[in-house]
Amino acid sequence: MSEKKPFDRDSISNTLIVAIGLSLVCSIIVSSAAIVLKPVQRKNEELFRQQIILDVAGLMQPGADVGALFETIETRVVDLDTGDYSDDGDTALEVPIPPDLDIASIGQRPRYVPIYLVREGDAVTQVILPVYGKGLWSTMLGYLSVAPNGDTIRGLRFYAHAETPGLGDQIDKDTWRAQWAGKLIYGDSEEPQVRVVKGKAPADSRHEIDGLAGATLTANGVTYLVRYWTGPHGFGPYLEGLREESQT
Amino acid sequence: MSEARTVLIDPLVDNNPVTLQMLGICSALAVTTSLLPALLMCVALTSVAALAGAAISALRHRIPNNIRIIVHMTIIASLVILVDQMLKAYAFETSKQLSVFVGLIITNCIVLGRAEAFAMKNGVVMSFVDGLGNGLGYSVILIAVATLRELFGAGTLLGYPVFELVTDGGWYYANGLMLLPPSAFFIIGLLIWAIRTWRTQQVEKPEYQIHEVHRTEVY
Repeated sequence: MSEKKPFDRDSISNTLIVAIGLSLVCSIIVSSAAIVLKPVQRKNEELFRQQIILDVAGLMQPGADVGALFETIETRVVDLDTGDYSDDGDTALEVPIPPDLDIASIGQRPRYVPIYLVREGDAVTQVILPVYGKGLWSTMLGYLSVAPNGDTIRGLRFYAHAETPGLGDQIDKDTWRAQWAGKLIYGDSEEPQVRVVKGKAPADSRHEIDGLAGATLTANGVTYLVRYWTGPHGFGPYLEGLREESQT
Repeated sequence: MSEARTVLIDPLVDNNPVTLQMLGICSALAVTTSLLPALLMCVALTSVAALAGAAISALRHRIPNNIRIIVHMTIIASLVILVDQMLKAYAFETSKQLSVFVGLIITNCIVLGRAEAFAMKNGVVMSFVDGLGNGLGYSVILIAVATLRELFGAGTLLGYPVFELVTDGGWYYANGLMLLPPSAFFIIGLLIWAIRTWRTQQVEKPEYQIHEVHRTEVY
């Protein structure tokens, strides 16, 4: 910016310098922030997922060490096609879901799925299954805890979704989630019977859960995803094994 | 120093970006269903507005006129990504509730408006203070709206129960409308009305008046 020749900020050379320089500086700042913070974020997400698993199992206490508590839970891998444990199965392998069975609208699912067993002494007290499916806006990912009889639900909790704030996100509300405990997936039937109704569920209902006012589509999504994952194409064969085992 | 004071205080009521300039309404609807995300949003927007003001002001003699908006957007977007990453790392649970709205600060008219109207013409410190002031002005409205909506929509404040809900055996029937976006419009409208009744100089003159015209005058 000498006095003889005034600096021309609108010149092509300055435009290019500013554009390129700014892009460089900004991209370096943004990418280094992303890289520096990535480990913390990963840890947050993983901790949150573990916390949800503990929470759905009813093991989570405020202020407890999530990592240490999670150690007490056993991870197994289930082959969904046969319903048996298959601990060396490839959990990354995805298979397409036939459209007429795909009530949770997820398109494909893994063949081998990790599940979590909660033990008290030697006896398994809860089986925690990953479940997911489409709600109104988003894929809702969560965990369903089932008693070892393969029928009674112990709890359902989502760890990632983007449903309408204030309406659909009531699926995270304690009072609504508490209703799932004790409901039967099948009862006397072979097919999953559990569902979220519209309005209030009858007090003595074995399968029905109160609807969410203003969030019927999210609630339907929950019904479908629970039914898909407990159905014949999901954990149905595995849960059937549990039911037979508990009857003998 | 008094000039800096004016620049900081003025946007709180007298030149409020939301109620006078009508900017940033969309996020004021979206993140005010409960107080905690609204507070976090205020912090995020205020820091972006202040830092963007300072950065753009520092570069103002170099920024070419014909790409200035793109330059503003690039700086603002980088700051927003920075804030978003920080939130995901250090305020994980609340950042989940804010979801896309932190990213949408990029398109928030307040930030770009102040960059264009103030930071391009004023010094670095002043532009920082101006961004801070406008961020705080936005925050005042957001906090007011979020407080009303959470209190009457869910009976809680920051998640702590204030009104005992009927569903939990209390007396208060939660007003579901307060959780829906239209209620934010109503509340912001009422706030504007209240402020303009108090500060009558904010009332705009009518842009045109209907005159009685006789048929013969028209032609």
